[in-house]
Amino acid sequence: MIELRDLTKTFQTEGGPVRVLKGISLTVQKSEVFGVIGRSGAGKSTLVRCINLLERPTSGQVIVAGQEITALRGRALRQARHSIGMIFQHFNLLSSRTALENVALALELAGRSRRAARAAAAPLLELVGLADKRGRYPAELSGGEKQRVGIARALASEPAVLLCDEATSALDPETTQSILALLRDINRKLGLTVVLITHEMQVIKEICDRVAVLEHGEIAEMGPVFDVFTAPTAEVTRRFVRDLVDRELPANLVARLNARPELGGNPVLRIVFRGPSAHSPVVAEVVRQFGILLNILQATVDYIQGAPYGNVIVEAIGGEQDVARAIDFIRGKDLKVEVLGHVAGDARAVA
Amino acid sequence: MSPAMLGLLLDAFLETLVMVGISSALSAVLGLPLGVVLVATSPGHIRENAIVNRVLGAVVNAGRSTPFIILLVAIIPFTRLVVGTSIGTAAAVVPLTIAAIPFVARLAEAALREVDPGLIEAAQSMGATPLQIVLKVLVPEALPGLVAAITITVVTLIGYSAMAGAVGGGGLGDLGIRYGYQRFLPEVMLAVVIVLIALVQVVQSVGDRLARRLNKRLLRSQQPSA
Repeated sequence: MIELRDLTKTFQTEGGPVRVLKGISLTVQKSEVFGVIGRSGAGKSTLVRCINLLERPTSGQVIVAGQEITALRGRALRQARHSIGMIFQHFNLLSSRTALENVALALELAGRSRRAARAAAAPLLELVGLADKRGRYPAELSGGEKQRVGIARALASEPAVLLCDEATSALDPETTQSILALLRDINRKLGLTVVLITHEMQVIKEICDRVAVLEHGEIAEMGPVFDVFTAPTAEVTRRFVRDLVDRELPANLVARLNARPELGGNPVLRIVFRGPSAHSPVVAEVVRQFGILLNILQATVDYIQGAPYGNVIVEAIGGEQDVARAIDFIRGKDLKVEVLGHVAGDARAVA
Repeated sequence: MSPAMLGLLLDAFLETLVMVGISSALSAVLGLPLGVVLVATSPGHIRENAIVNRVLGAVVNAGRSTPFIILLVAIIPFTRLVVGTSIGTAAAVVPLTIAAIPFVARLAEAALREVDPGLIEAAQSMGATPLQIVLKVLVPEALPGLVAAITITVVTLIGYSAMAGAVGGGGLGDLGIRYGYQRFLPEVMLAVVIVLIALVQVVQSVGDRLARRLNKRLLRSQQPSA
């Protein structure tokens, strides 16, 4: 549905040219929710604005629904923009128009009469759950409601693609959830292709099918959200994932962790649950089968796109042989086990 | 004050209303589009054009910096060309309008520049033409500011119209000078000043109310009740 080919963007600033995008190539499938994540300054906002040519790329091509957008100008470009909806971080609603009139604006701009536009806007407000707020001005709406109006407005011209530029970044977590649920719902109902840029891992985790991690104007990593998040390869992705699943060990445990097993003490293991075995009671099985004790020092289970992803850190208390066999057993379940070190004495007191 | 004097005062008041009314309307009609062009052609805006922007900017600045009393005399030939005479209320409308156009343009430019660039961007993302952006986004969003700009212009024109008496334009200022000052009738001078103050007060408060009513950025509870 969307194809970016070797997209670059260089801004001329007083301090010389700044290369914001350095050759981005990616393809977004039809009806997919595609996320782009990056820290501020990574170029993600420029990237999404290049798709509807709010920003004209310095080089490269943008192809949406088989049409090369980068080849268009003037009238043809404006026409093409009718099939690419966009929502914004700060909503960008006209303060002088009511919720209904804001939605109608999109239709008026597409050439419909004021009256026809208003009539067509009403069902869209209903779709986003704001039928009762149609006569309210943006100043009278909450952030979440404003973004719902923004979504209704973006959908008014029946676009094939919806671009979301940090659409939830100005909203509180609860409102973010409801907006994401709405986007997901619309994506499913209308088969709309969604490109979403954000700096929040939570947003990607919640609704994206695939994700591209952007750093310094380049794609550091790209793939299905679950894969990218549970097995990150790029450093920047690891840092993002850390936000989501706290993989840092508690400082007091780290202080007591000994990397040399010959000094004795109990091994500390990190077990990563992903895939089908994440559902089975592995810890209980190990305890029963090998007669060792597993003292849980830290554990998190997260759901990414509905699939569980767990991270458990345990102190294994038992005979050396038993522990080694237990580790083999867990590995046999296709789970990742890593010996982080050994703790002498009573790690339970630490935990 | 004698009934005859009151009659003169009334006539002068009506002349002032005519002069200010017509020149305000004309300068709004001509100055607002000029303000739109000044904004739209500015760097990074919807129709960036450095040459047009600079030339218009220079012309507007020239108009703004010419003292009104000089403009009044300097454009007498032009006035005669437009209204056929250089004396009288109709003749006064010409220099008043010419002086007010750049004034309106600059105030309108300032008001239009206040419109959030995000709104323009949103309209562009919806495939809006530059004209649609002006008519459906810039002007409606800047309307409270534009109303305030027109209000200031009207008040300024009331002041200028007193000077227009110098070309026989009549009006309150003319009355005040000829009767109040030259014929030593301080009560006429006082009456003229009081009427002018009242007129400015009325114009300003009507303008303020209208601007507030149009400003939807405030919640309804903060707006004056209808």
